[in-house]
Amino acid sequence: MSVLYIAIPVALVVALIAVIAFVAQVRNGQYDDLETPAHRMLFDDVEKSNQDEQNSGR
Amino acid sequence: MIVKSSTRSTQDSAVKHDCTHCSLPVPTGLVVPDRVEQFCCGGCEGAYDLIHSSGLGSFYRMLDGESASQLKLDVDAKQGFAEFDEPIFHDKYAKAINDSESSVELAVEGIHCAACIWLIEKLPSIRSGVTSATANWAKRTVRVRWRTAEVSLSKIAKTLSDLGYPPSPILPNQARDLWKLENRRHLTLIGVAAACAGNNMIISAALYFGMFSHMTIGMAGLLRASSCIVGVLALLWPGRVFLKSAFNAIKTRTPHMDLPIALGLSVGTIAGSVNVVRGVGEIYFDTLSVLIFLLLIGRWVQFRQQAKAASAVDLLYRLTPQKTLKLIDGEAHETLVDLIQIDDLVQIRPGDLFPVDGEIVEGTTTADESILTGESQVITKIVGDSVAAGTMNASSIVVVRTTGIGQQTRISKIVELVEQASTDKPEIVQWANKIGGYFVAVVILLALATLTFWMTVDVEVAIDRCIALLIVACPCALALATPLAIAAAIGRAASERIMIKSGDVLQSLQQPGMIWLDKTGTLTEGQLKVERWYGDTSRVDIVATLQRTSSHPVAKAIVQYRESCWTQTEFLKSVPLNTDGQCALEARSLVIDSKSIPGKGVRGSVGFHKLLIGNKQLILESGITIARRFECIEQRIIDAGLSPCWIATDNSITAIVAMGDSLRSDAQESVQHLQQSGWRVGILSGDHQQIVDRVAKRLGIPPKQAIGGVAPEQKLAAVNASSQQGTVVMVGDGVNDSAALAAATVGIAVKSGAEASLAAAPVYLANTGLTPIIDLLALCKKTSSTMRINLGVSLTYNVVFAGLAFAGFIDPFVAAILMPISSLTVVALSVRSGKGNRSTIRPATDTISEARS
Repeated sequence: MSVLYIAIPVALVVALIAVIAFVAQVRNGQYDDLETPAHRMLFDDVEKSNQDEQNSGR
Repeated sequence: MIVKSSTRSTQDSAVKHDCTHCSLPVPTGLVVPDRVEQFCCGGCEGAYDLIHSSGLGSFYRMLDGESASQLKLDVDAKQGFAEFDEPIFHDKYAKAINDSESSVELAVEGIHCAACIWLIEKLPSIRSGVTSATANWAKRTVRVRWRTAEVSLSKIAKTLSDLGYPPSPILPNQARDLWKLENRRHLTLIGVAAACAGNNMIISAALYFGMFSHMTIGMAGLLRASSCIVGVLALLWPGRVFLKSAFNAIKTRTPHMDLPIALGLSVGTIAGSVNVVRGVGEIYFDTLSVLIFLLLIGRWVQFRQQAKAASAVDLLYRLTPQKTLKLIDGEAHETLVDLIQIDDLVQIRPGDLFPVDGEIVEGTTTADESILTGESQVITKIVGDSVAAGTMNASSIVVVRTTGIGQQTRISKIVELVEQASTDKPEIVQWANKIGGYFVAVVILLALATLTFWMTVDVEVAIDRCIALLIVACPCALALATPLAIAAAIGRAASERIMIKSGDVLQSLQQPGMIWLDKTGTLTEGQLKVERWYGDTSRVDIVATLQRTSSHPVAKAIVQYRESCWTQTEFLKSVPLNTDGQCALEARSLVIDSKSIPGKGVRGSVGFHKLLIGNKQLILESGITIARRFECIEQRIIDAGLSPCWIATDNSITAIVAMGDSLRSDAQESVQHLQQSGWRVGILSGDHQQIVDRVAKRLGIPPKQAIGGVAPEQKLAAVNASSQQGTVVMVGDGVNDSAALAAATVGIAVKSGAEASLAAAPVYLANTGLTPIIDLLALCKKTSSTMRINLGVSLTYNVVFAGLAFAGFIDPFVAAILMPISSLTVVALSVRSGKGNRSTIRPATDTISEARS
């Protein structure tokens, strides 16, 4: 069980990194608009096929 | 070109074609044979070509049928957006990112589905030079970044417009930016607090299970130290909010509800840290982290509500137009109002709102200033007269030299007034805060007592109970109880076009008292009608011809009367075909001259006839003698509860018109309803006593409480007299009755513009009639009962649990869970009250979302 002496501090550091990443993203404006991205992601696949269409068309 | 045509009905049933762009049927005339693509209008065709030539044809596959039909373009193709290229536009709206790129935020109309967002964000591939376009669904805006050297902003705007999304600029709003920053700060704190709370819960679970499975002392020490680190982080980062406000409270010596929280947090952290170092005893960090997290969520909910209220007030700025015509070297150019500067000349067409404060330099017109003054009659404006932003140009084109823009205009000063008022704290909130203050002081004393009392038994137990008490007795729910209910109620009222400026109203209206109603518009339709025409009817046409030039209610009534009579053959027969009759028929082509005499009537001439239309005073002043016969008729009209209007042709009286204002259909029922719920109803009106008496009699209002012929000052006296007997509600004109409205317990303004009214009274009704008043009263009753329940629940809760904590029945962890539950109970109660028992037609879901967001 002595591995926990290393694992727990490591886990805490990982959690800290996650917290820092979260804070950075909030400051980045990632959470300012929670509605549009939900609509935007619906079309990822179509977008790709559209690009294909564009490529083959030219 | 364009648009909203009822294409469905006009179209040929033989071959049906749907527009390739918007899926609406194509009118037969526009069907091009032998082509796959068919378009209902040039706008759709342009948009389709643009989308297709950019290789974005898959746009149409993403659309579902319903949103496709909304694509129908309603865009003015000729609009050039030239103003988007002016340097001043760039200074105001756009922001240079680097040497070659700029960005601008534009409001766009017409976003209705996800495919629209997709299309807008494809802007870079449609118009080269655009680096990126980011749409915001909720705000209906798009942020465009473009290379200034490659493409002009007007071209980008044109492209957006061609696609069916006409853009308009948004002024960078400081308040909105601040809100965004604040919202981010809240989110950061909540996120960090959540992470700390979650990790600490896991650690304490490990410690708890460790107790049964012989955890080594070293391992326990490690976990306790980890918990301490996470806990201290939670206290010093997200928890700092509470420490700071508690520190401020100590500095200003005002008890604040954050004080016990901060104390509890500090005591817990110190005791916990000591125990971690000692290696034995309770550590409180899990409790503290969870507490911080839950408290922050409560704060955030409150913040969102306040922000929502603020943005509602912000809407008032939209009262002034966005665009106007600027005169440059005598030529009119369309431009944005924000770009107009002092001394610029602007041209205003009839029917438009004046965009700026200014002075007329060319032309004569009439202005409808009701939004500022409440005066429903239009006012003549000649060269040199001043006009105010937000008022309407009613009759003809004028040129105005700008004297005030934006913040300097009269209307924005009124808006400011409303904004200031909306930050005031209602009395009941102040009361709750005061109680909360005492409560805090008591709780701290109690905590000290607990500490000293149990100290004699055991230090551990004493600290334990002290922390539990501090946490559980925090009057958070108490502080939340009233503002939440008030916010929900104000939001609900606003959606029914009842604007409430101060929360005090909700409380004052819970007990019935005296309600003084305004007659015109509230009890009656508010529109004059000719009830009877005594005298020579052959003059109706001439009179109506003269009155056509005026928009006074009496004039409108006479014109309407003439039009309704003309269709009646009987009336036609009654018109004698003498010279006068001839003259009447020719009247339209005759020279008309009229001059209105404020408060008395109108004097003018039609052809060779001199006309006087107005009240008795006007007739007497003109030196016309009144025959006994007409005095009798006047008396009869007044006895019937109508208003007489005298008409004199060529210096002799020819007719008296009985004018009346019919009762609203719901008036009787509504007055009865008010009386049944305990209100004493009275009428205060500037109209003749007899008229008021008649209305009162029909509505079942005691004659003593029907007061007619009162000037605004007398209304004030009446309100003051009845205010000694309790609550007085005064319903009146926002501008003319402002003194009486202010003197009443609650003033309810009607008729005048929202801004001016809210300056004088705490409530403004945008809809006329009695129904909104009844709705308001029901809402107030409901809200104040919710507030009372909320206060009761939170106080009982705090008192009971403080007692239990003192006695030692609650340990700190249970306290940390119990405390937010009280706040949640209050939130739930407020939401429920918004939902249930509605007297009006309104979807319940709105209320919930208002209360929550």
